[in-house]
Amino acid sequence: MKRLFPILSIIAVAELAYALYLALVVAPTDALQGDVYRIIYYHVPSAWTAFLLFFINFVASVRYLVRSNASAEKAAKWVAIGIGVVGFIAPFLPLIRKLIPAGMQPSAVSTTIVLIPVLYFLVGKFFPGDKLDVLAVTSAEVGVVFCTIVLVTGPLWARPVWGIWWAPGDIRLTSTLVLWLIYVSYLVLRRFSNSAQTQMLAAALAVFGALDVPLVYLSIWFFRTQHPQPVIGGGGSMDPRMLQVLLFSWMAFLLFGFLVCWSRFRLELLKREVEQAHAMESLVGADASNTSLPLSRSAR
Amino acid sequence: MNAVKYLFAAYIATWVIHALYIGSLVRRFSRLRQQLKELGKRER
Repeated sequence: MKRLFPILSIIAVAELAYALYLALVVAPTDALQGDVYRIIYYHVPSAWTAFLLFFINFVASVRYLVRSNASAEKAAKWVAIGIGVVGFIAPFLPLIRKLIPAGMQPSAVSTTIVLIPVLYFLVGKFFPGDKLDVLAVTSAEVGVVFCTIVLVTGPLWARPVWGIWWAPGDIRLTSTLVLWLIYVSYLVLRRFSNSAQTQMLAAALAVFGALDVPLVYLSIWFFRTQHPQPVIGGGGSMDPRMLQVLLFSWMAFLLFGFLVCWSRFRLELLKREVEQAHAMESLVGADASNTSLPLSRSAR
Repeated sequence: MNAVKYLFAAYIATWVIHALYIGSLVRRFSRLRQQLKELGKRER
């Protein structure tokens, strides 16, 4: 395990360097936007990584909330299975197909929904007990970093292409900003609240915050927005060479994000270890002063 | 041509944000390790 981290770090650096080369040199220039469109190779992978991390945060938070109640845990398990089964079949039914926005592939919808139970059981298996809360704070914090990049690179792309930094009232932009604010407030709550219920409150906030993720993702299908239509899964007409570079870039960012999450996870475990050691020390100190008090009285 | 500066600004901003975050992780790690070391010394 100790060797795996440096090996993966080397692979991640090599992948990111190659992704940069592909993005700047190999990918063809866009006929309309010119070279500035190459921001897509950082903007879109960062957005997808942020969504994935917020989704992991949601799953970990749900599991954390239900874990103290056996019947709630059982119900959540069956809800996850139900979502997976219904979500796998429903997008292919003619009636539901009509509801899916034009251009969105039913197979893409089905695969995305099946990820919910898969992730639910994987998270439960690999992160038992309090590690669920550690995973939740890790994914939220790293997700906020990636979401910040989306909010910074977006206006830098919009300025030369749309002529404005920000389109006020645009639902994709606004919902992304709201998503970022929700997770920042989640982190602030965790950082500054000392209540015993902080973890529970944060988990509840995360569950509601995650509801914004589908809104952000689907907003460009359901509303008229300044933001362009999706490049994949939505019947977009992206050059296959551009698409390959985009997917490779996402793989590189995913591996990088995974390593950052790994470090943040270890940091949180270490932080809890230190807090526990401090608590033990103060308990021992309190015990010593309690026992020394009657002794000193008897000595008198 | 002028638009290329936005492309480089976006790429640089991305890595500056990542570097700042990794820097904060390293700082927090070393602070916690220091605290753990001090606690170990006090126990002895």
